[in-house]
Amino acid sequence: MHYRIEVAPLPNQVDARGKAVVHQAETFLGTGIRQVTTRDVYSLFADINDEQAERIAAEFTNPVIQQYAMGSSSTYSFDWLIMVGYLPGVTDNVARTAHDAIRDIIGRPLRPHEAVFSSVEYLVSAPAVKRQEIERIAEELLANRLIQSIDVRSAEDVASNGIPVNRPEFVAVGECAIETIDLDVTDGALQRISDSRTLALSLGEMKAIQGYFLEVASDPGRIALGLGAQPTDAELEAIAQTWSEHCKHKIFDAIIDYEDDAGKQERIDSCFKSFIRKSTEEIGKEIPWLRSVFVDNAGVIGFNDKVDLVYKVETHNSPSALDPYGGAMTGIVGVNRDPLGTGMGANLLINVWGYCLASPFTGTDEVPEGLLHPRRIRDGVHQGVIEGGNQSGIPYGYGWEFFEPRYLGKPLVFCGTVGLLPRTLGDKPGHAKSIQPGDLIVMAGGRIGKDGIHGATFSSEELHAESPAQAVQIGDPITQKKLADFTIEARDKILYRFITDNGAGGLSSSIGEMATQCGGCDLDLAKAPLKYQGLRPWEILVSESQERMSYAVPPECIAEFRALAARREVEVTVLGTFTDSGYFHIRHGDATVVYVKLDFLHDGYPRLQLKAKWQPPVHEEPEIPHEEDVDDLLRRMIGRLNVCSGEKKARQYDHEVKGLSVIKPFVGVANDVSSDATLFMVEPLSKEGIILSYGIQPRYSDIDTYHMTASVIDLALRRIIAVGGKLGHIAALDNFCWPDPVQSEKTMDGEYKLAQLVRANQALYDYTRAFKLPCVSGKDSMKNDSTRGGRKISIPPTLLFSAVARMEDITKAVTIEAKRVGDLVYVIGDTHRELGGSELFAMLGAVGNDVPRVNAAQALITYEAISKAIEQGLCRSVHTPALGGLAIGFAKVAMGGRLGMEIDLAAIPRQGELEPVELLFSESNSRFIVTLSKVHKEAFEALLNEVPHACVGTTTYDNAITFYDGDSLETAVELEDLIDAYKLTLSEL
Amino acid sequence: MSDTVRVLIITGFGLNCEVETAAAFRAAGASPRQVHLNDLIANSDQLRDYQILAFIGGFSFGDHLGAGTVFANRLKHNIREELHQFIKDGKLVIGICNGFQTLTRLGLLPAIDGEYFVPRTALAPNDQGVFRDAWVTLGANPESPCIFTRGIDLLPLPVRHGEGKFVTSDKELLAALEERQLVALRYVDPETGQATQEYPYNPNGSENAIAGICDETGRVFGLMPHPEAYLSPYNHPHWQRQMINGVLPEEGLGQKIFRNAVAYAEKTLI
Repeated sequence: MHYRIEVAPLPNQVDARGKAVVHQAETFLGTGIRQVTTRDVYSLFADINDEQAERIAAEFTNPVIQQYAMGSSSTYSFDWLIMVGYLPGVTDNVARTAHDAIRDIIGRPLRPHEAVFSSVEYLVSAPAVKRQEIERIAEELLANRLIQSIDVRSAEDVASNGIPVNRPEFVAVGECAIETIDLDVTDGALQRISDSRTLALSLGEMKAIQGYFLEVASDPGRIALGLGAQPTDAELEAIAQTWSEHCKHKIFDAIIDYEDDAGKQERIDSCFKSFIRKSTEEIGKEIPWLRSVFVDNAGVIGFNDKVDLVYKVETHNSPSALDPYGGAMTGIVGVNRDPLGTGMGANLLINVWGYCLASPFTGTDEVPEGLLHPRRIRDGVHQGVIEGGNQSGIPYGYGWEFFEPRYLGKPLVFCGTVGLLPRTLGDKPGHAKSIQPGDLIVMAGGRIGKDGIHGATFSSEELHAESPAQAVQIGDPITQKKLADFTIEARDKILYRFITDNGAGGLSSSIGEMATQCGGCDLDLAKAPLKYQGLRPWEILVSESQERMSYAVPPECIAEFRALAARREVEVTVLGTFTDSGYFHIRHGDATVVYVKLDFLHDGYPRLQLKAKWQPPVHEEPEIPHEEDVDDLLRRMIGRLNVCSGEKKARQYDHEVKGLSVIKPFVGVANDVSSDATLFMVEPLSKEGIILSYGIQPRYSDIDTYHMTASVIDLALRRIIAVGGKLGHIAALDNFCWPDPVQSEKTMDGEYKLAQLVRANQALYDYTRAFKLPCVSGKDSMKNDSTRGGRKISIPPTLLFSAVARMEDITKAVTIEAKRVGDLVYVIGDTHRELGGSELFAMLGAVGNDVPRVNAAQALITYEAISKAIEQGLCRSVHTPALGGLAIGFAKVAMGGRLGMEIDLAAIPRQGELEPVELLFSESNSRFIVTLSKVHKEAFEALLNEVPHACVGTTTYDNAITFYDGDSLETAVELEDLIDAYKLTLSEL
Repeated sequence: MSDTVRVLIITGFGLNCEVETAAAFRAAGASPRQVHLNDLIANSDQLRDYQILAFIGGFSFGDHLGAGTVFANRLKHNIREELHQFIKDGKLVIGICNGFQTLTRLGLLPAIDGEYFVPRTALAPNDQGVFRDAWVTLGANPESPCIFTRGIDLLPLPVRHGEGKFVTSDKELLAALEERQLVALRYVDPETGQATQEYPYNPNGSENAIAGICDETGRVFGLMPHPEAYLSPYNHPHWQRQMINGVLPEEGLGQKIFRNAVAYAEKTLI
């Protein structure tokens, strides 16, 4: 029996969702919509009676603010009805919860043939608006056709034909057949096999696979299992997932012949091994707190004698380009599973996020056909991460946005998570894990569907018109929260020996990795719980359906493991056994679908051999504005997208849950100026804290990625120092997002882009080594190009450098804003004429050439001194300038404290001759602005005898920042103007 | 019976403030225990061993079908009588954020005239239509029978919700809540200390600026802001300025709510 249940706000209640649509339609599309009312609709197909259905409706409804109707109510007047549901097979979280609720209400779960679906209906009053416009609103504001169904009906249509039934049931097509693929073909045909199946394998790789199967054709084991010389579809898919750029980092592992601008040549045997890992290994010999690096889902460092700290940042770029909401939600919920799957499983503590996007003000006609408007991407990405993070109960540590036109082709969506691992579990370290042959292969969490198939291989390609829609997934934070809570309980009872997450590549990846621990596996796909029938075995194997973890459970623990899972309403399935056969053995019932040697699966791919050639670019130098323009420049700059306040969106993310927040993302008298870094207690009421910071500056890449990298490392580090962190217990993560750096017909400048990658890595080695800042995990995403709409757009080489530090005593921390009138204002560190790639030059439409550099030796001395000053309680505020240099730096210190400042430009320490505008807007690294009480002047200066520094002014009651140059008054900038401009730009978005 | 106050904190299904809520009760001298909802339902007799029951913050069942709806249904269909008995026994119940939403959905608040399990108030979507995390200032009603807010005047706390606008089924009920002093906490203007409808001081548009209410016994209390997120003085957004000005409190001011509950339970329930 079908029941349609409508739940709508009572007429006397605000329909917030409807109001939001009117507002968005106005600002985004400019159409004249009078009113929108909304309702939730549940389509219930169940063997229940009318009374039960009515009871369900009543209990779904909050009687104080909502009303329900059975069937279609006719009490509303409207011009258009927009119905938005989910496409068949797409995760419908509301329906899943409705399922749970119905069980409580009718006293039994829904049976397999029964179902409930959710949809939202928008009743639009807009008599003068045409169908086309309404459809546009539906498609651009309310739904994404990749995952949702949209049905627009006129009032007349509804009056005469009624409202159609929403029943997006997935109907299986095809059978569970196993296909074999003939690889005994020409090179061209081999490449076509890779392309048509979205395997993202090169010809060389296809030939390696061809060679392997030729070799094993006569393997008696293989023949006994009924397999021949031709690989099955599942074998090919498993190899492709395992060998994907996403999983194997082939470019970072490549052998590169690099030639610099002087013609000097060198051979680099893997950027990862030669620079990143090398630095960390060398530092590891000098520090005692590296626990586990580069071997697990995330890096593990020591924190105190109770817990270790786990940190990982990931990107989820391609899915977010297609479905910003679902892609980004999967990004945050997905990266949560990295710490959860690290060691024996970490408690999730803090999230971070950051997005590189094109301007939300981009003109519609500038967006290539087939790409979403950057404003829509921004709204969707935020919404996805907001819901994913908030519903998981994990506070965000910091969040940022960087806007640049070249992210139009591919947005970058960074999501990260800090976790805590118990130092010991039973008699073993919490970060250690192992698998014994005979342990059971167990999967827990969500079921498997077609969602996310080919995610790993798809993300290893550029975005093109045929990018597979099924690569998009929707996260289900509550299913994952149940899974995570269950996992921690099972961990504390030591019910498993090994855990890892199911991410890119699905079971193929997770079990493939786990199998290397003991030397083999035997897994039956027919046992896997499916969302719906009709999946081929290879699809089950590589599906990236979310919210799943894989475990190795000793047979003696499985009963207790299952019983706990049942009590927590987490589905667990035993899929097979770990072995020491040396083979990745996958069956579907009795039929073997994969039988591949583990060695070949993991190491059989041919390494890339690439060329890189560095030729420094030369850019035009802009004319430096006159000093009289400082007032105007500063007021304009503070409202620019990369400087202005992002508070409106940021406040929709929870940063206080867990009660640990000490320095918040926004600080100051009015809590409205972004802080340099954030600080959390490690547990409620603790004195020990965790500082998080980051550095990103992709515009410097346009001049030299070497100095870009040096600058972002310095920025992340000095932000830690600025809030009170100390050198010595700081770890870092590197996230490289690059345009395709492999020379080809599509990428004619591949050798240059690869040289940019080499130079970034060289700097990464040089500066992490100098700062003793080990990279403990990282990730790369190497094909961030788009050719949609016939236009190639490549992102600028982007490195997100994230840092995490232990703070001994949180009560010593400082924030950026000036605290008291009459305090002295100091500038620490020299300013050089370094405006290349700066915010000022970007504002002037130029790039320039003098990119900021980093003097690591001097920086270290400076950081030691600042740390001491903060620890001794000498500083009332500390801020480290970044974009916009000292000018924006002074502004933030003053705005945060709602205090004026008098600054003498002549006093600012410098190297070389600089014009006032250069002095104020140069982005030289390793500098600080400090305010302190006059009482501490001598003690402070005594600490700085080896560091360039000067007292440059005082804080005042004036409502302005006044810049002097020696004796002549230069200019005064009203604080209120600055604050307004700072907050205005993104205030409505 | 032991002389420590025992607190049962219900967990599971997307709730997420169990650690800090437990820390709050522990710091107040009580002995908290986190119990998964399903384990509580499977053995509801255990409620007898506790003096305080805490409904914590989070997103039970993802807030799908409305905040607190599904969680409240599960409680109602499984342990309604036991919950009622707990209140009849003179014990204490606190609901914070999602817990407050659940208490109103269950009808454990406001329970005017002792009429439990009849929902008459609700936490509707915020007027701004979005989730918001920000610190607000609350003013406590000194006339309220609420046990939890005794001795509190102004209380800064963070709010973190998308559905926190307090509404009543009718004006008479609102008047009754006011008349019987069941409004325990209101959003106030931090400068004047006066109740306010002005955003962002009143972050969601709540009727009469109501942030928290109690039942007529004063023993059942619900509030949208998070006292368990202000246990440490260093949680406050302006703790450094407070330190410079010599007004940094010894402990986070949210702690007082839990101390009040534990003190009352020690005195009357053990």
